[in-house]
Amino acid sequence: MSDKPLQPNEKLNVQALLDGLEDYRPRRHGWHWREQVPDQHLYEFDYRETSKGLANCVPLPAAHYFDNIDPQPDCVITTEIASGRPEDDIRRMRMAAWHGADHMMVIRTAGQSHMDGLLEGTPEGVGGIAVTRKQCRLTRRALDLIEDEVGRPINFHSYVSGVAGPEIAVMFAEEGVNGAHQDPQYNVLYRNINMYRSFVDAAVAKRVMASAGIVQIDGAHNANATAVKAWKVMPELLVQHAINCAFSVAAGMPREQIALSTVPPDASPAPCMRMDLPYAVALRDLFGEYKMRAQQNTRYMESDSRDATVSHVMNLLISRLTSADVQSTITPDEGRNVPWHYNNVAAVDTAKQSLVGMDGLRDMVKLDREQPAFKARVREIKERAVLFLEAMQRDGGYFAGVEQAYFVDSGEYPETHDDGIARDSQGGVAEGTIVERADDYMAPVCHHFGVNHLPEGYRGADFGEAAPCDLIGGCTLCDDSKVPFIDELDPEDNVNVRLAATAEMRARGLIKPEVEWAGDGYVAVTMFLPAAERVAEAAALELGRAMNLIDVEVINRQVMHPAEGTLVEIKGRLEVAVDPANLVIPDKPEQLSDEEIREFVAGHEVRCVAATVGEDEHSVGMREIIDIKHGGLEKWGFHCTHLGTSVPVEKLLDAAIEHAAQVVLISTIITHGDMHRENMQKLADLAIEKGVRDKVLLIAGGTQVTDKQACSWGMDAGFGRKTHGFEVASFIVRTMRERGM
Amino acid sequence: MVRPDTFTEVRAHLAGLTDQQLEARFWELSHACVEPLVELARTHTSPSIERSVLMRMGVDSRTCMAVVSECEKRGLLGHGAGHVVWICMREWDCTAPAAAARLAADEGWDLAVAKFGGAK
Repeated sequence: MSDKPLQPNEKLNVQALLDGLEDYRPRRHGWHWREQVPDQHLYEFDYRETSKGLANCVPLPAAHYFDNIDPQPDCVITTEIASGRPEDDIRRMRMAAWHGADHMMVIRTAGQSHMDGLLEGTPEGVGGIAVTRKQCRLTRRALDLIEDEVGRPINFHSYVSGVAGPEIAVMFAEEGVNGAHQDPQYNVLYRNINMYRSFVDAAVAKRVMASAGIVQIDGAHNANATAVKAWKVMPELLVQHAINCAFSVAAGMPREQIALSTVPPDASPAPCMRMDLPYAVALRDLFGEYKMRAQQNTRYMESDSRDATVSHVMNLLISRLTSADVQSTITPDEGRNVPWHYNNVAAVDTAKQSLVGMDGLRDMVKLDREQPAFKARVREIKERAVLFLEAMQRDGGYFAGVEQAYFVDSGEYPETHDDGIARDSQGGVAEGTIVERADDYMAPVCHHFGVNHLPEGYRGADFGEAAPCDLIGGCTLCDDSKVPFIDELDPEDNVNVRLAATAEMRARGLIKPEVEWAGDGYVAVTMFLPAAERVAEAAALELGRAMNLIDVEVINRQVMHPAEGTLVEIKGRLEVAVDPANLVIPDKPEQLSDEEIREFVAGHEVRCVAATVGEDEHSVGMREIIDIKHGGLEKWGFHCTHLGTSVPVEKLLDAAIEHAAQVVLISTIITHGDMHRENMQKLADLAIEKGVRDKVLLIAGGTQVTDKQACSWGMDAGFGRKTHGFEVASFIVRTMRERGM
Repeated sequence: MVRPDTFTEVRAHLAGLTDQQLEARFWELSHACVEPLVELARTHTSPSIERSVLMRMGVDSRTCMAVVSECEKRGLLGHGAGHVVWICMREWDCTAPAAAARLAADEGWDLAVAKFGGAK
């Protein structure tokens, strides 16, 4: 089955993706690494650490200065999506993919890791999604279209942890999921799932994942996020990574499919780079054969998105100074709420911007491995990890170690504070559920780990015999047509019911703000209030309600000064939808061709006089509009005289008359004193006074100038931020023609 | 146990190792640590593992749940739920999903008992 390709100007048709889902099959399995282009030339620049570009993308904001290039870093970039509704997740994935994400990590709903079995259908999740076959199939189907649209394969990822690990692994293998978290230690430490059950299940899950080329990410980063003092757990993190790596390899997983989830443990105001770099280096020394999934710090993340972004950029510097195969991103709003659409995009852009900006940095900036303190610290972290392992082995091994609270202690091993996580081997969720395999244990399927007494002749390729599943006429991992499908089990809690609730909005194309779900109505408002923190918070809530917001909550506050004021950000729902049919949207003026402009300008000898007016020393904007090297007016033969900055309006108009100019260009910033308005009005009045108003076009420009305002103050046109020379040139030619000038 | 940082005292035996030897020691200990875990996994199964076997045999999740629960109850998990379904599909000359569906409908357990007895 092949779906109609996406059109960049059309929305994803969720209903079409749901239709016939029972027959949809993934078109590929396994992970995709970006195609490296070691020395890539884009625009006027050379890149050392980039990969193949995208067919469709949204470049970084400043890209319009650089021919709109959108260099893609060498490593895979992750975005974590957790709206709880698959039909909304896929729209967000499309946005993230255009910005450069190629690893869509879907967070699971709270509590799924304790469910002994699979969920089916599309029930709504809390803080994540209910991972089901239907959800996976819908997502993969959407991603198949999205990857064609952006021109790069996209990895889809979720979690093979919890009590139902082996089943989820099989379902993921069948549905073309490309990456997954799998780490039995996560179950044991953070989900209190029985330790025996966790490891027994994990081996089977890992073998199945290996068979489908699913890249595995471990769970060690959770120790960072949990520890009282995250910088103290470095030795233990090495141990956790090693246990999962060694166990995975023993279960049959190739090393190149195993990624370590590693986070720089600290954040400023700690001197975090100096503390985290030796750890990053020690880790990469020990685990050189494995992949690095560089995660960003969440442990010290507060509700200030600026603060979070700065931490993440420092994390990205560590990635660039060491290495990252997968660069994960944390949305800057994760400290306040379940991530919003645009914050996924913000996080992806932060990663892309930083990685591209630091492209090839290691050519010039290298870590000084011989610097004595650095060298000693790298060595020390490794030694502490070895001491941890030695002691745990002496004390009875891994299970005994967990019972004795070896892990997530706030002391840096061998220092201990006796505050680690202790678990009872005879306790936890699903305790007492493992069973010894009997002498005749048999599983007639492929990629099964462990003792399996298959009949002779069916022991697989290792014995030069038929595949085990030949016993049953093929298993789902070998014969895709055998994969079953279950649709909705809950008549109320499913995607169809949710879509019906917003059907009218879609049918009429109504526009309502949203951050997570179609039609959720949420907006955020930022305000500075000249009041102390607690008063400001209460006032902000009141102001939010006055703006007709419902369910107003403060999502961030920052003291500017204890008495002078507080910055407050609030969110609330706006129960208003706009019908685009009722909007008055001015047509975009038609741009003339280069030849047309050049011909007219040559024929009419168009002369312009330009200046920045008022007490203003800015000239960059004006130069962009007139200079030939910026594609400005000179390019088409306009004669331009630039008088410079802080030019009085009278002097400018006199110069225009002297040069017999047909065009006067002024640049102005917006001032509190309304100088911009006064200058424009004064220029217009002066032109009338001197009797030249019908002989000149008066044009104002500046970052905050609008055409409407400028015209109301006597100008012929106003141009704002991001105006290009050809827009101004087109306007001049068009208007001079109309007026017969 | 609360213990102060004894690093400088307890590292003496590591001090003489080269970086390479230290890293080798790290991995030697890691492999030794997981060895009994791997052995436990090799020789044991669980309800989720058995359901994953049935899934690979083409059985849907609800039927997997029913058949494996019954295997657990009857002490048959150690022989393999897939094994039970395989015996039935051969006896009935049908597909694995069809055999699992009949088992879920409480048919055929006598076949399993005849083969494995009632014991775990």
